[in-house]
Amino acid sequence: MKKLLILGGGTAGTIAANKLVKKLDRTQWQITVVDQDDKHHYQPGFLFIPFGTYGPDEVTKSRRRYLDDSIPLMYAEIDRVDPEARTVALADGTTLDYDVLIVATGVTPRPDQTPGMDDPDTWYDTVFDFYTYAGTTALAKKLADWPGGRLVVNIVEMPIKCPVAPLEFTFLADAFFTERGMRDKVDLVYVTPLDAAFTKPIAAKHFGDILERKGVSLESEFMLEHVDTADRKLVSYDEREIGYDLLVTIPLNMGADFLTRSGLGNELNLVPVDKHTLQSKQYDSIFALGDANDIPASKAGSVAHFEIDVFVDNFLEYIAGKEMTGAFDGHANCFIETGHGKAMLIDFNYDTEPLPGKFPVPGIGPMSLLKETKANHMGKLAFRWAYWNVLLPGRPMGLSADLSMAGKQVPVS
Amino acid sequence: MPVTTIEGREVQVDDEGFMTVYDEWDEQLGGALAKLIDVDMTDEHWKAIQFLRSDFKTEGVTPTLRRVSTAGGLDMKRLFELFPKKPAKKMAYIAGLPKPHGCV
Repeated sequence: MKKLLILGGGTAGTIAANKLVKKLDRTQWQITVVDQDDKHHYQPGFLFIPFGTYGPDEVTKSRRRYLDDSIPLMYAEIDRVDPEARTVALADGTTLDYDVLIVATGVTPRPDQTPGMDDPDTWYDTVFDFYTYAGTTALAKKLADWPGGRLVVNIVEMPIKCPVAPLEFTFLADAFFTERGMRDKVDLVYVTPLDAAFTKPIAAKHFGDILERKGVSLESEFMLEHVDTADRKLVSYDEREIGYDLLVTIPLNMGADFLTRSGLGNELNLVPVDKHTLQSKQYDSIFALGDANDIPASKAGSVAHFEIDVFVDNFLEYIAGKEMTGAFDGHANCFIETGHGKAMLIDFNYDTEPLPGKFPVPGIGPMSLLKETKANHMGKLAFRWAYWNVLLPGRPMGLSADLSMAGKQVPVS
Repeated sequence: MPVTTIEGREVQVDDEGFMTVYDEWDEQLGGALAKLIDVDMTDEHWKAIQFLRSDFKTEGVTPTLRRVSTAGGLDMKRLFELFPKKPAKKMAYIAGLPKPHGCV
């Protein structure tokens, strides 16, 4: 019996396990998943909690329930991987061996990596993150009776999970304060290490225009060095300072520490992989899926979904001793909430930046790319159902893993 | 791809002037590129540039600022002093490497 061990039962680990269990011969392969706990969070929902759109209980379900019944799920902390011996040591002293290892342990916000940020006197008092359950629920309580002031939204460094979420948070904050009749009491500032509102030029222009229209000031190329919590200001490496009354930060995102302990992680604990096959550059028997790898694509559930479509067929070729013929193209597809019941949609990959157009049916839609519409917003809300009921069980979403250029308006240069 | 002339030599560059062919670069060109963006090169500057060159050779991508700092052992704050305002871009430009796009 061969063993496929999957570390991480989040979006990528769960989809991969549920898809592979349908394809692998059960008399030959045993799949096992390891995770620390049984709480599977619908992370896109974290964005809505500070504004009271979703309650905390609407974003968490059982990991066990969403994993195929035949797959054992072990709850344990991972100590280290020994890639030469093909074993994984758990913190409780157990050792698991594997023939193939899938690393799907994601990334985590790390406020401890920026001096001052996690100062216990101010963390979750005047300084918040919203990418964790604890952070987003604490922020919801804070915003419920916040009297107004200078609200700074800050990205420490790329790459981060869901790179559009900080923009969405800002758009939704503008709408939230407007609807409460207190927008004039709030000064909104968006602080980014990038040279514009977003990484890709055409989308950055669209998002920059929206920030301006909503009266948000943009501070670009700001590399945060430390947070001065006593004087409530951000200080950059080149000694620029930005004051705040309330700071909503996206801390440095890092992969799991055990990966670097095991010699598998880079400077951000991400596993270097071939960007088309997701196979470790160091060890053929290791693949890294979802946020845990270092591919130059967005860290997002949609990327995990599209890459696993390609990965599953490759994996079958790999275990049959054949050459892997599938090549992931970096396809990502994200909704961007812009407030007041509207959203934008972007669709892009390694080589093609987000462009205007219609999606998924060329010329028809019903959704529009790089344009604020109610249909896009409905799509985003409907996606939560699809996440639990279609995506995680590994059922077909009806979207191609590869980016399609049909329906997109290509700029004439 | 545009071709430009630096120090009397023709080199291939992208639209923003970043060199695109790894082996067309040498230290003399690096020095000339530094002058174009008003960076006075010292041994400390060259140490950073040499790290970028060797890291690109093994990794195939321009290292991010964090990588130059952690893997290259150079203090981040010092890099901002050596290559003011935009250290990641300036170092890549002088080292004859593609503009870093560690950001997606």
